[in-house]
Amino acid sequence: MTLTAADDVLATDFDRLRAHVDDATPLDVERALRSPRRSLADFAALLSDAAGDRLEELARLSHETTVRRFGRTIHLFSPLYLSNECVSVCADNEVPRRTLSPEEVLTEARELRARGFRHLLLVSGEHARIVSKDYLVECVSALAPEIPSISVEVQVWDTDTYRRLAGAGCEGLVVYQETYDRDVYAAVHLKGKKRNYDWRLTALDRGAEAGMRRLGIGALLGLQDDWRVDALAVAAHARALLRRWWRCEVTISLPRLRPAAGFEPEHVVDDRDFVQLLCALRLLLPDTGLVLSTRENPAFRDSLVRLGVTHMSAGSHTEPGGYASPSDAEPQFEVSDDRSPRDVAAALRLAGYDPVWKDWERV
Amino acid sequence: MRVEEACMDDRLVIAGREFGSRLFLGTGKFPSNQALRATIEACGTELVTVALRRVDPTATDDILDAIPPERVLLLTNTSGAVDATEAVRLARLARAAGLPEWIKLEVTPDPRYLLPDPVETLKAAEILCADGFVVLPYVNADPILCKRLEEAGCATVMPLGSWIGSNQGLRTRAALEIIVEQSLVPVVVDAGIGAPSQAAEAMELGADAVLVNTAIGTAGDPVAMGTAFKLAVEAGRRGFLAGLPTVARVADASSPLTGFLS
Repeated sequence: MTLTAADDVLATDFDRLRAHVDDATPLDVERALRSPRRSLADFAALLSDAAGDRLEELARLSHETTVRRFGRTIHLFSPLYLSNECVSVCADNEVPRRTLSPEEVLTEARELRARGFRHLLLVSGEHARIVSKDYLVECVSALAPEIPSISVEVQVWDTDTYRRLAGAGCEGLVVYQETYDRDVYAAVHLKGKKRNYDWRLTALDRGAEAGMRRLGIGALLGLQDDWRVDALAVAAHARALLRRWWRCEVTISLPRLRPAAGFEPEHVVDDRDFVQLLCALRLLLPDTGLVLSTRENPAFRDSLVRLGVTHMSAGSHTEPGGYASPSDAEPQFEVSDDRSPRDVAAALRLAGYDPVWKDWERV
Repeated sequence: MRVEEACMDDRLVIAGREFGSRLFLGTGKFPSNQALRATIEACGTELVTVALRRVDPTATDDILDAIPPERVLLLTNTSGAVDATEAVRLARLARAAGLPEWIKLEVTPDPRYLLPDPVETLKAAEILCADGFVVLPYVNADPILCKRLEEAGCATVMPLGSWIGSNQGLRTRAALEIIVEQSLVPVVVDAGIGAPSQAAEAMELGADAVLVNTAIGTAGDPVAMGTAFKLAVEAGRRGFLAGLPTVARVADASSPLTGFLS
């Protein structure tokens, strides 16, 4: 018996699964589509070119599965950037750096609340000294009386820190492994604690043990040339978390690297591949939340609502302090969908979906 | 006619309150508040359950705005609770917010199949009943557990037909029959009912009411589906009251072979 979900991921034979993506026959795809309980091998078949030929069918099944489990609803949340301090990757000293005080964080949260949000995701870069555990606990404690649902996406911590955060009122932990390929991981994380692949991979296990109720994982699509390897790994990770931490909800985010000012990703996952991945994930994991950020453009986001997405951010500002007051701090990534939360909600209603702002009551 | 009279007189009473409809409605998964409001109207339900975690009195178009309080009783549920402590806290939060003291007790530690934890459900039921709540617990189709909940003072028992949202119908039929046979409180079949015919089946086997959500909320036309369920529940109930014929394994001639002897 493996003790952690991370152990389960590490024990998975991804070479064999990856080979199955390439050698999957139309019959394998047929079997995967018909199966009432799909395996990782079925998921691999659904990522294949042979399955790509049946994309419309995948999309239909994904739509039906999602509606049955989640109804015609989309959960809306907002990221709240605490800090853009970073020691891991970037060494660009020209970028204006800023870390919000807990009081400023509360001002931001109140602004987001006024815009409708009841679920906030606190996000920060990797800087253990400035964005310390005490600071994070202080921020969560400040928000908890006013915000029903709080998650964090910050540098990874030990079990005790996660316990403190959960105790302060944070129930969701989001940690993107970014890439599950050790070599690529090492190549893109040159400095800081984030270099430690295993410490990061086991973070969700520590968070769940500490009492976090919602676990978010994700791969940064396009970080490595073969996105299907990360797709297989993120799916395996989700399944492992669901088995080991059966009381927790799991969500998956699939941020795509996009061209931005001064940055041209080496590998871009195209729209068709992205849709195929989304549908395949839904068919493998009928109960898992699939999260879409404002990195994607409005038309694409509106189309994906019917294909399996269940959670969306809206009106995001990715620079610390960007909601309550205009800020000159550097955004963490470029936003493609700059519609207001109200406009996004209106678009959802127009598509026949109910925007859900609140779905959590802290007890 | 005897059965007609019985139908006219057929009222469901839970904790002293009379209900004209035996169809209870869950409120998740609807495409809009407007669709929910129209469905409540069309299906004639008088008891609607809402998750406290979805309730937000500060919002402009809250889910509670879709429920007409003069005609429909609001049954707050403890969805999201993973143990007795959380369920009790949620119920008390609902009470503190001024919501009715009728609680649909849900303790479902597993967010996938949303199966109820029998141990924690019983524990929470004992606390809440002692605290003056009207408790309607969602449970596995376990006849002994249902008797224990009845003894704890629950107003109904709500065994599942199959897993929530699965639309699989009465997979637990054999156990439901025992529960109906033994229960001193109304039996509400609560989950897995995916088609009007399955609701009718539950009513025919003697359930006092059914609670439906996914099948109506996710239908192409929730209002039309709500109406279909209303009719099916009424038909099933009337069938039950009329006295269903037993099922025979061989043909039973309507002209008896030995008739010439009389």
